[in-house]
Amino acid sequence: MIAIVDYGAGNLRSIERALMRLDEAPVITGDPDTIADASAIVFPGVGNARAAMDRLRSSGIANAMISAADSGTPLLGICLGMQLLFGDQEEGPTTGLGLLPGCGVRLPTSVKSPHMGWNTVRFTENGPFAGEPDAIFYFVHSYLIQPDRPGDVAGITAYGVEIPAVIAHGNIWGTQFHPEKSGDVGIALLDRWVNLARSVVAS
Amino acid sequence: MTTTVQNGLTTRVIPCLDVTGGRVVKGVQFVNLRDAGDPVEMAAVYNREGADELVFLDITATSDSRDTMVDVVRRTADQVFIPLTVGGGIRSVADMRTMLGAGADKVSINSAALRDPALITQGAELFGTQCIVVAIDARWNPDLRTWEVYSHGGRRPVGRTVVEWAAEIELRGAGEILLTSMDRDGTGDGYDTSLLEAVNDVVNIPLIASGGAGNAAHMVEALAPGRADAVLAASIFHFGQLRIADVKSELSAAGLPIREVPIDA
Repeated sequence: MIAIVDYGAGNLRSIERALMRLDEAPVITGDPDTIADASAIVFPGVGNARAAMDRLRSSGIANAMISAADSGTPLLGICLGMQLLFGDQEEGPTTGLGLLPGCGVRLPTSVKSPHMGWNTVRFTENGPFAGEPDAIFYFVHSYLIQPDRPGDVAGITAYGVEIPAVIAHGNIWGTQFHPEKSGDVGIALLDRWVNLARSVVAS
Repeated sequence: MTTTVQNGLTTRVIPCLDVTGGRVVKGVQFVNLRDAGDPVEMAAVYNREGADELVFLDITATSDSRDTMVDVVRRTADQVFIPLTVGGGIRSVADMRTMLGAGADKVSINSAALRDPALITQGAELFGTQCIVVAIDARWNPDLRTWEVYSHGGRRPVGRTVVEWAAEIELRGAGEILLTSMDRDGTGDGYDTSLLEAVNDVVNIPLIASGGAGNAAHMVEALAPGRADAVLAASIFHFGQLRIADVKSELSAAGLPIREVPIDA
């Protein structure tokens, strides 16, 4: 069972329906025990980093996600959810889950913020999508991640600066864009992650 | 260590569906539609044709029609996986929560934001800046030699200039501005590019141009650097005068970055 983490912000219905289209039966939940026991976890996110982390910590969800990720449960962070996989966040400021080393910083002032719309992602040579053609996804965010390990970056987009768009480190994946809002291309990427999650369960 | 790189963000083409009582108001002349008045089916068609986002505008916005709109949003979000903005009759944080919960990605507020500008900040803090679109209805005032803000569907001047209100909207936390020229709306004469430039000059959030689209060349004009980031149109798409794929071809030919329309559209 895939858990979609609910901490009170934004549209969770689209990711739920996208996973249902892939023959999954996801559960939208804010219950730490359910999240800890899930076979895979989607960590969505819109809104303010600090408000999100305060809520995730006080509810016990943060610890549930950290222990699940440590035990190998596939975890997919989306947008703010991806940023909060990392450590210090300029937005707030606050500190994310710290599952991956790196920090979140504001977009440069040379471009409009939020970065809103469809932008091309180039997949890197060190991720699960190495060698795959560029693809276009829907972004909406005002902060970006600076990972400490270049090898964690599986996809890059360009908006004033190079922005890590896909993160992959073992069982921990993240997308700065919204796959559930990126049409068929986004559904195809989710399908890849769902297959990873199924293979972990099967092994 | 970061170096400046080319910006790959594409321009956006956004059809707007005017909805009342759960039905699309303006006539639709697409072929192969079982129900041309069904906003859910229209949304699916636009998605297939390559729309980059969709906007639903509830033009009556009574409480009854809002309940119907929630159902429309829910059914659309169940099958269309591109961003969806809902506007019309959203007056409170509770209204925003209802629409976002139903599957909208953004809510558009207009008169409610003028009446209570704090609503912009409250929404942005609760749901994120990117969820809050503020719509401005603008009309040129020849005496003042600037554009004035109108409320209540463009019927009532509120006594503020568009440029000043746009700047305040950004400061209060809005993520995007939907700017309609009342002078051009329905004329087909093209977007008011002077208005777009005046507002773009004072904000650093995305700007959607609305009002006046008559052909694809008008969209090229509106999306030129220093103007809008996205173009919205309603009747020109509904009546089949203009296909989204054709707009994208013209934008691309003019050197503007676009999202390719899938071949099978």
